[in-house]
Amino acid sequence: MNQLKNFTKGFIKENPVFALFLGLCPTLGVTTTAINGMGMGLATTFVLLMANIVVSLIKNFIPDKVRIPSFIVIIASFVTIVELTMQAYLPDLFEALGLFIPLIVVNCLVLGRAEAFASKNNLLSSAVDGLGMGLGFTFALTLLGAVREILGSGSIFGLKFIEGDGMLIFILSPGAFIALGYLIVIINKLSKKGA
Amino acid sequence: MAKKESNLKNMLIALLSITLIASASLGGIYELTKEPIAAAKLEKKNNAIKQVIPEFDNNPTSEVYKAAVDNDTLYFYPGKKGGDIVGTAVETFTNLGFSGEIKVMVGFLPDGTINDVAVLEHEETPGLGDKMDRKKSDWSVQFQGKNPETFRLLVKKDGGDVDAITASTISSRAFCDALARAYEEYKSINDNK
Amino acid sequence: MEYIIIIISAIFVNNIVLNKFLGICPFIGVSGKIETATGMSGAVLFVMTIATLVTYLIQNYILIPFGIGFMQTITFILVIATLVQLVEIILKKVSPSLYQALGIFLPLITTNCAVLGVAIMAGQQDLNLMESIVFAIANSLGFGLALILFSGLREHLELAEVPGPMKGVPIAFIVAGLLAMAFMGFAGIV
Repeated sequence: MNQLKNFTKGFIKENPVFALFLGLCPTLGVTTTAINGMGMGLATTFVLLMANIVVSLIKNFIPDKVRIPSFIVIIASFVTIVELTMQAYLPDLFEALGLFIPLIVVNCLVLGRAEAFASKNNLLSSAVDGLGMGLGFTFALTLLGAVREILGSGSIFGLKFIEGDGMLIFILSPGAFIALGYLIVIINKLSKKGA
Repeated sequence: MAKKESNLKNMLIALLSITLIASASLGGIYELTKEPIAAAKLEKKNNAIKQVIPEFDNNPTSEVYKAAVDNDTLYFYPGKKGGDIVGTAVETFTNLGFSGEIKVMVGFLPDGTINDVAVLEHEETPGLGDKMDRKKSDWSVQFQGKNPETFRLLVKKDGGDVDAITASTISSRAFCDALARAYEEYKSINDNK
Repeated sequence: MEYIIIIISAIFVNNIVLNKFLGICPFIGVSGKIETATGMSGAVLFVMTIATLVTYLIQNYILIPFGIGFMQTITFILVIATLVQLVEIILKKVSPSLYQALGIFLPLITTNCAVLGVAIMAGQQDLNLMESIVFAIANSLGFGLALILFSGLREHLELAEVPGPMKGVPIAFIVAGLLAMAFMGFAGIV
């Protein structure tokens, strides 16, 4: 397997958010700022990478009928590790991301990759896949977060460039849906042009 | 290498071992992070306390006392310098917020004057009610140095002395409610001392 | 009276899908037809309520007393996964047609963030047993409401003239945003 292709597919062609429409709940829920989007993306990437590695390592020891519950326990463990570590060392980010951190365990992206890829491929490919998809996810979340932050708060990564508030609708719930919808349209148009 | 067969024995062994290893690792990480987590929580509380009362040299959180009010609890953190109380930070709340509960830390000087206020938690509307947060606007500065005996903790519309946030009367009212609750309790505790 | 507040808040003011962003995957995935939307909502109602009940018991009689609160994520998700398996088995026997109609979406309830989310939220808000059950039922009704309303809208979208690049998912999101905006009108009721 061409590992370079394996790694880069997660960015545009098979981007979890823009192309596969996986992991939408945190995508809409935490992207009020670019930093939050990035934080969530990286946390998810960690879980995805570690889960893919473990699943790929022990895939031959798991009987087929219990593979989904096994994957779930493995993923949930890494999510809890992220929860505890963030609570201890990054408490502000932990508070900002709130409920969505434990929800990484039901992120269809993570379970989906474990089932579709890691359980059928070797260690290196699974790890690269996890990393690539995770970073693609991070890219999508950071991008959406940046758009919402610029339009809604007039700032980027916490640095304000206008006085007062922006178009607040974008940091509220309707704005999330609308911003994501238009982003998908733009990305679709761009990737069609290049294709 | 062929996959293990899905008979009962194999399924049980696989599930059991995965669960055991997972629980053990998690237990370990929990032990490792227990202290940093507690320390982070404490620091956050101390930062809020430092914001609202004058400089102190004791550890207010270790001298906390509580009062049960309205189905909930108020927490009182006394700040002392050289053994004398310089201010008491009160963790109060209100359920009258536009979008739910608001938690506020208010610092009272020994004579009941408000030293400063800090919002701990809220879900008020961005651009409107969230102006109660010092990070968003200076609205809450008006409470500094005011004594609730003479400065009525109600919005002007309700006959009080507080300037409400423009277009956010409900959030402003809720904020006053939190402060009033804290003051009532603080007064009754100190009058009984 | 408390219960009325919980119900109105969960269905309208803090709608689980349009306000809290939970349950988006099935929201986009199952809302093509009103019938599948209704079927999915019923299944979610069942799973969410029982899951919240069971996780409440686990949280208050096992996790907290034994000081293993950090096991919350794992135990909750395993309860939900098990329940979904049970629902699948029961549905196959009781209503094979509905089972067929729901297809892949039934096992997907396991990864429905709304179910896990509601279970965790009930614990965070310190609700008692009865309140947690009411909270779960109300939230699943809110989920159903959003889902069925949205599927009605999407059925109409199929017949509308949508510009090429916006067809399908993008226009769905934008319309969902408008629906979310409408629901914002409920803010401040409770």
